[in-house]
Amino acid sequence: MAVKVIIPTPLRPYTGKKESVELQAATVGEALASLTTLFGDLKKHLYSEDGKLRSFVNVYVNDEDIRYLRGDQTPLREGDILSIVPSIAGGTQN
Amino acid sequence: MAANTKTTNLAEAANANMALSKEEIMRYSRHLIMPEVGMDGQLKLKQAKVLCIGTGGLGAPVGLYLAAAGVGRIGLVDFDSVDLTNLQRQILFGTQDIGRPKIEAAADRLRNLNPDIQIDQFETRLTGDHALDILKNYDIVVDGTDNFPTRYLVNDACVILGKPNVYGSIFRFEGQITIFGAPAGPCYRCLYPEPPPPGLVPSCAEGGVLGVLPGIVGAIQAAETLKLIIGKGEPLIGRLLLFDALAMRFRELKLRKNPDCPVCGERPTITKLIDYAEFCGVRGEETASPAQAGVPEIAPRELKARLDRGDDLFVLDVREPHEYQICNLGGHLIPLGELSRRVNELDSSREIVAHCRSGKRSAEAVEFLRSAGFRKVLNLKGGILAWSDEVDASVPKY
Repeated sequence: MAVKVIIPTPLRPYTGKKESVELQAATVGEALASLTTLFGDLKKHLYSEDGKLRSFVNVYVNDEDIRYLRGDQTPLREGDILSIVPSIAGGTQN
Repeated sequence: MAANTKTTNLAEAANANMALSKEEIMRYSRHLIMPEVGMDGQLKLKQAKVLCIGTGGLGAPVGLYLAAAGVGRIGLVDFDSVDLTNLQRQILFGTQDIGRPKIEAAADRLRNLNPDIQIDQFETRLTGDHALDILKNYDIVVDGTDNFPTRYLVNDACVILGKPNVYGSIFRFEGQITIFGAPAGPCYRCLYPEPPPPGLVPSCAEGGVLGVLPGIVGAIQAAETLKLIIGKGEPLIGRLLLFDALAMRFRELKLRKNPDCPVCGERPTITKLIDYAEFCGVRGEETASPAQAGVPEIAPRELKARLDRGDDLFVLDVREPHEYQICNLGGHLIPLGELSRRVNELDSSREIVAHCRSGKRSAEAVEFLRSAGFRKVLNLKGGILAWSDEVDASVPKY
């Protein structure tokens, strides 16, 4: 399935500044695996050392959080949009 | 007689709360003529009590629009003073406010905008010791802070007190907005159970922020706050709004209440405030990152002396090209993110001094180079900022 992964601003330094990446994948797990193969530096930002998706990074298929779907096993359909949404504290720190 | 006077004053005060003066009717006329607000809505606004945590980039539009709209009581929490770098986005302040406590400058500005409302000033960094005492007197909390410990503190306090938390956060040109903590809705911990470890996510100070971005995100927070008060429209509960100013695109994601959430779930394990600095792995702002603490360093003055002496030193700048354009020390530029694949540009037999803006990224670079077998690598302590302070004041700080 051709799917599109939207890369959030804080992670763009690790994807060669790309805002989105088109991939072939049948599940969310496959899509993220091929993304981190393409961009090795991204891996430590998405996964903790024990291989789990980090708890301050959420992944959505279209507008639904994969935690409420089937996680990594969530099947993908042609044209699905995956969003990686990390927490940002934001604001105006000096 | 005295008792009568007091009763009369109280009655007058109650009436004043219940009705708008002629001037107020004029001031709020553009609200009053809209059926969605009208007199009922405007009186609700007058009786509302909203606490704004932070008076910076997000707090500025929130405070300004709530005051302008006639929210009767606005609390402000901030501990900081106005500095020159704030003015690019913190529109509550002017150049003449530099050096003043933000809370004072903000309160002056809001009182000037609307003298009929009450402004409460809390000049403090919000902590677990007093958060519940401050928050409990307000109906709605607006989170305009800039760090994870305070965000989790505000979230937990709002859940414990049952107050809605109008949330906005920003990074570079992206924003996230939602309402947490409303009785049936999810909270911040439902979205993100834990904060990132320090150093993994860059702060605005490192990452930068488009000046108008907090204006847009804060204005959305203000709109949601006003809607909650007047009880109209569809509140942004259970929906996470993402805004990308560069693409000029809004997206909406579903945000669900997590039944296992440690604070708002079915069996909460957090029922009182905890130590948020510890929870977020930060112990005060002065704490150096682990990488920074362990690597060999050179002070700016020593580097200057050695360069003047003609020592064979290779200066490596690990910042980004756009930072190099702002100012540089003439070093060889390899951004930290490219170092691992461009390491062949470096000669391990020469002594290398790595630097960045503040010394943090270059500490990571030094650590990486040492692990890659480079023996003679030093970190410029305090980076270009310290160089500007201690060696050459003509180098601009940013």
